[in-house]
Amino acid sequence: MLCFHVCAGEIFELKAELNSDKKEKKKEAVKKVIASMTVGKDVSALFPDVVNCMQTDNLELKKLVYLYLMNYAKSQPDMAIMAVNTFVKDCEDPNPLIRALAVRTMGCIRVDKITEYLCEPLRKCLKDEDPYVRKTAAVCVAKLHDINAQLVEDQGFLDTLKDLISDSNPMVVANAVAALSEIAESHPNSNLLDLNPQSINKLLTALNECTEWGQIFILDCLANYAPRDDRESQSICERVTPRLSHANSAVVLSAVKVLMKFMEMLPKDLDYYGTLLKKLAPPLVTLLSAEPELQYVALRNINLIVQKRPEILKHEMKVFFVKYNDPIYVKLEKLDIMIRLASQANIAQVLAELKEYATEVDVDFVRKAVRAIGRCAIKVEQSAERCVSTLLDLIQTKVNYVVQEAIVVIKDIFRKYPNKYESVIATLCENLDSLDEPEARAAMIWIVGEYAERIDNADELLESFLEGFHDESTQVQLQLLTAIVKLFLKKPTETQELVQQVLSLATQDSDNPDLRDRGYIYWRLLSTDPVAAKEVVLAEKPLISEETDLIEPTLLEELICHIGTLASVYHKPPSAFVEGSRGVMHKRLPARTGSLVSVIPSHTLSFFLGGDIGGSAAMGAGFGAVPAVMPASLNAPMGGGLGDLFDLGGGVGMPLGAYIPPKTVWLPAMKAKGLEISGTFARRAGVIQMELTLTNKAMSVMTDFAIQFNRNSFGLAPAGPLQVLSPLSPNQTIEVSLPLSTVGPVMKMEPLNNLQVAVKNNIDVFYFSCQYPISMLFVEDGKMERQVFLATWKDIPNENESQFQIKDCHLNSDAASNKLQASNIFTIAKRTVEGQDMLYMSIKLSNGIWVLAELRVQTGNPNYTISVKCRAPEVSQCVFQCCEAVLKN
Amino acid sequence: MIGGLFIYNHKGEVLISRVYRDDIGRHAVDAFRVNVIHARQQVRSPVTNIARTSFFHVKRSNIWLAAVTKQNVNAAMVFEFLYKMCDVMAAYFGKISEENIKNNFVLIYELLDEILDFGYPQNSETGALKTFITQQGIKGQHQTKEEQSQITSQVTGQIGWRREGIKYRRNELFLDVLESVNLLMSPQGQVLSAHVSGRVVMKSYLSGMPECKFGMNDKIVIDKAGKGGVTDDVAKSTTGKQSIAIDDCTFNQCVRLSKFDSERSISFIPPDGEYELMRYRTTKDIILPFRVIPLVREVGRTKLEVKVVIKSNFKPSLLAQKIEVRIPTPLNTSGVQVICMKGKAKYKASENAIVWKIKRMAGMKESQISAEIELLPTNDKKKWARPPISMNFEVPFAPSGLKVRYLKVFESKLNYSDHDVIKWVRYIGRSGIYETRC
Repeated sequence: MLCFHVCAGEIFELKAELNSDKKEKKKEAVKKVIASMTVGKDVSALFPDVVNCMQTDNLELKKLVYLYLMNYAKSQPDMAIMAVNTFVKDCEDPNPLIRALAVRTMGCIRVDKITEYLCEPLRKCLKDEDPYVRKTAAVCVAKLHDINAQLVEDQGFLDTLKDLISDSNPMVVANAVAALSEIAESHPNSNLLDLNPQSINKLLTALNECTEWGQIFILDCLANYAPRDDRESQSICERVTPRLSHANSAVVLSAVKVLMKFMEMLPKDLDYYGTLLKKLAPPLVTLLSAEPELQYVALRNINLIVQKRPEILKHEMKVFFVKYNDPIYVKLEKLDIMIRLASQANIAQVLAELKEYATEVDVDFVRKAVRAIGRCAIKVEQSAERCVSTLLDLIQTKVNYVVQEAIVVIKDIFRKYPNKYESVIATLCENLDSLDEPEARAAMIWIVGEYAERIDNADELLESFLEGFHDESTQVQLQLLTAIVKLFLKKPTETQELVQQVLSLATQDSDNPDLRDRGYIYWRLLSTDPVAAKEVVLAEKPLISEETDLIEPTLLEELICHIGTLASVYHKPPSAFVEGSRGVMHKRLPARTGSLVSVIPSHTLSFFLGGDIGGSAAMGAGFGAVPAVMPASLNAPMGGGLGDLFDLGGGVGMPLGAYIPPKTVWLPAMKAKGLEISGTFARRAGVIQMELTLTNKAMSVMTDFAIQFNRNSFGLAPAGPLQVLSPLSPNQTIEVSLPLSTVGPVMKMEPLNNLQVAVKNNIDVFYFSCQYPISMLFVEDGKMERQVFLATWKDIPNENESQFQIKDCHLNSDAASNKLQASNIFTIAKRTVEGQDMLYMSIKLSNGIWVLAELRVQTGNPNYTISVKCRAPEVSQCVFQCCEAVLKN
Repeated sequence: MIGGLFIYNHKGEVLISRVYRDDIGRHAVDAFRVNVIHARQQVRSPVTNIARTSFFHVKRSNIWLAAVTKQNVNAAMVFEFLYKMCDVMAAYFGKISEENIKNNFVLIYELLDEILDFGYPQNSETGALKTFITQQGIKGQHQTKEEQSQITSQVTGQIGWRREGIKYRRNELFLDVLESVNLLMSPQGQVLSAHVSGRVVMKSYLSGMPECKFGMNDKIVIDKAGKGGVTDDVAKSTTGKQSIAIDDCTFNQCVRLSKFDSERSISFIPPDGEYELMRYRTTKDIILPFRVIPLVREVGRTKLEVKVVIKSNFKPSLLAQKIEVRIPTPLNTSGVQVICMKGKAKYKASENAIVWKIKRMAGMKESQISAEIELLPTNDKKKWARPPISMNFEVPFAPSGLKVRYLKVFESKLNYSDHDVIKWVRYIGRSGIYETRC
């Protein structure tokens, strides 16, 4: 903090001047005080003297005193009271400018005693005859609400503010809208704005008449409205489109936001929909001729728009070409959009541009350009060949970072188009020595390993890397290990020595658990079953997808609702950078009316909407309408047994315990100098426990046990120390139960439920890894509301759905449901269609991820089908394994 | 909304600091100085987030203006506001410099109090502001009640940009069509991108509250009108290019946007004095006034030969002015010999470029420069980036082909008609970013 202390002499001098009889001298003195205040000097000691100058008819002097008051009133609340009288008097002044000034300033003074006195004048000013005073008073309500929300509600100011929306003056309307929107943000459910077709109409009328800033307030408010149907949404769009021609870019972007949002509701086959799409492109392009800072904001937003609706700008590639003297932040953003717009139609031009950029000076920009060439190759197959030759040209320049970047992207091109461009490998190998970045080294090593059979001196190349093995980063070490194993599997005779060397480097001399584990796995694979090793290590790789770094769809939707704002610049939801409750509410795009069919599979739809497409009369009444208790016995005549006695929907679970897998040996004694650890995981009454059996098979006593986990996918960590109280004597076994928490550091593991553990005793530290059943993480409140289930199911994109078979399971659906419920897999509803029972289930993981599933049980068929849908599709596999385990035990 | 506004000099000293919201503390002033102004690297973004506080900044010469917020504000609005604030300050005291800001700090605080309330931008039209924020310090009691309410109704009213009761002895209008033509051309002469961004700037000295209507050869309007009559074909065949396709245009807030949207007519009550009526952009059928043909040859490692031909491409009767061609040279240039047929050419070592200036050049002419550049041998592996050759010029026509068809003035209450208004129209085409790669 920068704070100067003003010497006593200076203060004394100012004091004398402030109390001077001459007006001019007084004013000069106040100016000096404000100047000191600006640079951070503490002039609060002059408070009484400055306040004394307040009683003046000189407006300029008055404003200066007010400025001082706003700054220091908080630190001197008792003295600030002295000013109240003048304020109250000024609020009655015949001059509207002075009335407004008084009420505006009073709202900025955050002292309780002054706030009390503000209410009466504010009430009058809100109904003042002069619009200038009313528009100032409207904002003042928001100020007061920020200081004391309760007071504003008690005094009925909110209603007065709502009335101002119908004011005859457009600027009063705009400020009232701004104030209400802000207040509404801190009461997300208050329905304060109460937008309805009538008030919307008023806003749209004011929109045509108010200042540019007022138009922004109104448009931003409109964007929060949910039209009742597509017709209303079209008529609002029609009245908003003229704003696209406004000279103020913020008006344009806010109008774009409203249109992008309401367009969602229009049927795509509507003529107007196409017209609207066409109207959006030109104003977006025009934003690029604004000042660079605004261009940056526009480009960040266009990046979102292009991802949501690529058709709008697909013909406008050229305007995103980078200009030589664009600021770097504009260049980088343009490049990003160019890649997104690249298609077969424009790829030639794009490539020519990218090649040009790759010779620029800014390192970040050049790297991004090179990467972009690789992305083009992957995105547009026809261009791949040209991209590769461009990359080769760039490698010839020998500019170090260009070469490295090019090699990284060529690796991806190899993955996308296997067996096509391997002829360039020779050129790549020439540049081995210049690679000094881990990512590039790893990429090169991967290439050598993958195509070892075509590179004559692959063994020499890899051997050269092996010399400084311990100085390499983990990424490179892992890649080198794999590459040499690949080489060995392809040319076993010549490379035996090399593989021995790398395996021992990885397992014996390294203290990185990842590396050592991989080393051991390879070692064991190679020594036990070379054929299996070949199948594992040289397995065919899945092709990589063409679009990378797309924003996740739900986030994208939210960001589209925030076009023009900081959230759209950061590409982060407001909750990520705004403190407190403000703006934390997540916004959603409205649903297209009547388009449900395309989103949920039809059988589910009929089920939820109560139709009879599926043919089940019993369930025809539908989901949302039927109260929680299900006539289970009616639906499942085959069921019988225990299942029927229990109400599925009521949550009174079976007294069955949650599934606990049997203990397995995690750490054999021979690996851990005599300590054998076996264990399992359990969830009991909401607490996750690791149950361990420690056996001392050594000759000496073991003491000082401690345990630690490596970072893992769900943040599992010991919630307390490992409780081994007495020393463990030879041949003794003890059982320990370790409670776990889920608030530890998170890192994605492969497989997802892998856990790396370190156990220490007085002898040494030992490492092992184990896999926990993911059901441990299923929380007790994982039962979803039916409506929510319906909404979520259709909200998750279909590509996130995966289907699995559970074989040889001889339970009926109710027994299955009970069994699953004991492990916190909740059945929300069940229905029967032609002898097939369908269970709809929800699961919530400890980190808040929801998993939805549909289990199909055919009477008499021991094979179940389960479909799992989740926003994080990588958990699906684990969830399935877990369901299978639960059902079979 | 905007939580605070700071102005700094180039050293990072605070010249103006106004805080609007309680969540912005004094430390925010220092955070921006330390993290942005004093940061060693180049500024990588105009928006910076420091400890959950967002800073928006723009620079005018060596003055930094920063707006601060902790909320999810409308980012486009914040920048528009900062630009607007620069305009307002410039209108009050001229250039934005440290000295001017220091001398006018009382005025700036007064303006900031008026145009930003609790972080919400309010009326920021200079015309309106100047009626009640004056450097003399208005004395409230000297105004009549009517004057006061006239001020407030103007500041909050529908026509916030013009006051009632303006009178001129001579009603006069100046209309400038200012275009900047942008080009990026490949070394082979292929147009990579070209567009014209134009502005229609007006100076109006009209009495009363006149209603104006502006017409140009907009393709959509002409085609619409043409459908009704038969004369269209005739007109087209006699005058050649009749209408132009406008990609997009934006208007001053005085123009009735809904009317433009429905009828594509541009009608407005103009502000008094100078203002920008509209901006537009075209990309089709642009007349490129000059063509640059570069030829760069590397002779060995220490010598470059450059030859550049420029050709003017417009009516021979017109004259282009202030022509300047800038040919970049490598960083390791040791000496340059230049020969040019016309104008003057000089090697400017500090700018790493040969600058060739020609005062005037008529249409359909051609001129040439050749240069030999000697290079110092370096062991720098990095290749020279070969920046494009750029060009500056001014021509007395609109490269987009835009023509003003009419500008009608109606003032029903006062006794002057459209014919009595003296109107002046001028077209100026300038180079924007006009580059040819070599």
